[in-house]
Amino acid sequence: MDWVLFVTQILNGLQLGVLLFLLASGLTLIFGIMDFVNLAHGSLYMIGAYFCGTFTDITDSFFYGIILAIPATAVVGVIVEIIIIRRLYSQDHLDHVLATFGLILCFDALVHFAWGPEGMAIPLPAILDGQIEILPDIVFPTFRLLIITTGLTLAIILYLVITRTRSGMLIRAGASNRTMIGALGIDIKTLFTLVFGAGAAMAGLAGMMISPITEASIGMGNDIIIVAFVVIIIGGIGSVKGAFIAAILVRFIDTMGRSFLDTFLKLLLSAESAETAAPALSAMLIYILMATILIFRPQGLFPPRGR
Amino acid sequence: MEKATRFTLRVKITVVIFLVLFFLPIYTGLTDNGFYLDLVNRLMILAIAAASLNLILGHGGMISFGHAAYLGIGAYCVGIPAYYGVDNGPLQIFLAVAASGIFALITGAICLRTKGVYFIMITMAFTQMVFFGFVSVEEYGGDDGLVIDTRSNFGSFINIQDNINLYYFILISLIICLFLIHKITKSRFGLVIEGSRSNEQRMRSIGFDTYRYRLICYVIAGCICGYAGALLGNFTNFISPEMMDWAASGELIFMVILGGTGSLLGPVFGAAAFVILEEWLSSLTLYWHFIFGALLIMVVLFARGGISGIVTYLGNRKQ
Repeated sequence: MDWVLFVTQILNGLQLGVLLFLLASGLTLIFGIMDFVNLAHGSLYMIGAYFCGTFTDITDSFFYGIILAIPATAVVGVIVEIIIIRRLYSQDHLDHVLATFGLILCFDALVHFAWGPEGMAIPLPAILDGQIEILPDIVFPTFRLLIITTGLTLAIILYLVITRTRSGMLIRAGASNRTMIGALGIDIKTLFTLVFGAGAAMAGLAGMMISPITEASIGMGNDIIIVAFVVIIIGGIGSVKGAFIAAILVRFIDTMGRSFLDTFLKLLLSAESAETAAPALSAMLIYILMATILIFRPQGLFPPRGR
Repeated sequence: MEKATRFTLRVKITVVIFLVLFFLPIYTGLTDNGFYLDLVNRLMILAIAAASLNLILGHGGMISFGHAAYLGIGAYCVGIPAYYGVDNGPLQIFLAVAASGIFALITGAICLRTKGVYFIMITMAFTQMVFFGFVSVEEYGGDDGLVIDTRSNFGSFINIQDNINLYYFILISLIICLFLIHKITKSRFGLVIEGSRSNEQRMRSIGFDTYRYRLICYVIAGCICGYAGALLGNFTNFISPEMMDWAASGELIFMVILGGTGSLLGPVFGAAAFVILEEWLSSLTLYWHFIFGALLIMVVLFARGGISGIVTYLGNRKQ
């Protein structure tokens, strides 16, 4: 096996994995403490990317673009929560799904209206646009390394916030028994809004970091949201730790499948049928993984306790 | 007394709808306007799909967000044989129904082990799996889709190459599917399904294996929707993975909710409202999805009974 390609693909999987985690952690928290299914979480990912593009244009700096776009995305999340989502908590999951599906249509149309149908490319500053030789013979784009470090740092911060701080304690308490923490005098409404805003900011940040690589486009959130669902199903809905492990696992398997499955299948099948089967199989790999895990653990790998 | 009034209003509406549907080709033939025929064809096919979804969603309480997969599977079961020059209609229909049934059986067996949100997301994920599966198979067009050169061939029974014949073929299919679903929901089996939606624990404790009942119901719904998919492939002469995009599944749910869950004609109203709204709004503005999305949110927040609920309401008020 090609050693250089292998290491590069591991890093690629890691980079995509941490981005996916940023999206999935918000989704799993929102579900965990509010019992709310938010299909429109991917729209915040998209909004983040477009905001970042516009602010980068205005300020002429990708860094300022990100710094301005994060709070802007959080504000959009908070507004949506207050106007629409708050009314839905008491209704059933079908209502959540339908209303947030409606929200996706609204967001896509709004972005189409505001930024036009074309995608939006976001230029990287020169300092990030290069490559670094991390190991002998292995070069990796600087920006992707930055994504990995940012993602891992955020994961650690999130872990510390949830396990070590008072707000984290409230979030955990909310995840295991909402009614009780309400009865203990915690202002759940505000807590919900804040968590929603934070989830929006993280999803937005993921969108901002991917868009210099792929460019911001309408519907970019709709493809990744399903993968984020797969992640939180595998990880156990409500568990941030599960989301982290599952996000890395899913992207890792996905990347490896796309790069090496045809080589592997050629050992078993004829070259011709391997060429045909490999792309289809690798596209389905993560769903097969999900199904397999569900057969043995219907609640996911790390189901939160007390539910 | 109350029930009788409601019933007659319903029956009146049903009779009027099917009379209109029956005579529509004569009208379009006279005015030479094929557009409405196409619109109604699409409407009726979507109505079959929505009615099958209603069977599991409305009656069974299984919120499948992946029902469009069966439309796609059914359509590919017409397209792929046609690609190899096999245009045998009964065979294609059989393939569509069987493949949908098998897919429903395998995925259903896994999905139904879970509940609530897990179920919603998993059905969604499996459909996405099929979507990506077909996207990456270059042989059958991948992303770009596959043109179906010839429609299904039913020999001397009916020639659906002719648009009018296709229309009646779809209309009769709709009637048969609705009748079938009606029979299922009124049967003992249907009552068990209904019962396990409202109180699964009780159904289990009085001795029903609810998992098995649900799975069978899930497979039946998949088969019916697969049949609708075969019709869709014949109608559009083209298939692409786009048909099973998760937005397509969302639209199907929207039709069921808009029409009103759990009633027989609800999905037909819902599909009609959906197709007409789509046609009308998209002629108004490029950004019609916004209005559509806002409408969806409104329906959820303010009008959970759907169109069928409004009909019931009017029927009651009259009395």
